[in-house]
Amino acid sequence: MSRSKKKGPYVDPKLLKKIRMLNETGEKKIIKTWSRASTIVPEMVGHTIAVHNGLKHIPIYITENMVGHRLGEFALTRRFGGHADKKAASKGQVK
Amino acid sequence: MARIMGVELPANKKCFVALTYIYGIGKTRAMEILKNTGVDMNKRVKDLTDEEVNKITKYIQDHFKVEGELRAEVNRNIKRLIDIGCYRGVRHKLGLPVRGQSTRHNARTRKGPRPSRIKTKKKKEQAV
Repeated sequence: MSRSKKKGPYVDPKLLKKIRMLNETGEKKIIKTWSRASTIVPEMVGHTIAVHNGLKHIPIYITENMVGHRLGEFALTRRFGGHADKKAASKGQVK
Repeated sequence: MARIMGVELPANKKCFVALTYIYGIGKTRAMEILKNTGVDMNKRVKDLTDEEVNKITKYIQDHFKVEGELRAEVNRNIKRLIDIGCYRGVRHKLGLPVRGQSTRHNARTRKGPRPSRIKTKKKKEQAV
């Protein structure tokens, strides 16, 4: 079920406060956040946000197209480089 | 023979079935089209008059996005996901299930046919 429109998009209040401060001063700074569930709102466009992936913060430059998605969608939490011995074969098939 | 929206040529079928041969039109839309254009849904395509065909064509053009246009839109949406680098985009790129399905087993619709054993062995021999 999708979120009630009445509530508006969920954004971590602290993160939103920091973004607004940056917007007021016109600064561009990387903001670290653990709030992967926060929705990307238009105010964030143009900023770089470092989203935690469970191990470290991945810097993500927010573009207009990303509005409406969640921050966590852009910082992948899994690492998989393919199976070791079949690597060459599977790469060829993908392309 | 009726030609609606480009290359569609369904022949001896009842027209509500024939309409579903168009990409972007299923049973619901086919019924809706025939209802609103006043064409009998059990009529065979070969029995349709030119006037009825024109009516149906016009109705589809006015109301729905079908065929190439629709395919282009779907591809554009997928490309957008890939371009912004989100999780769903990555899954599309890798050719894996996008909506959180398990990939430990199955997932063959997205992954395609299993790589055959013999082929991989041959490739290894070639590499050596």
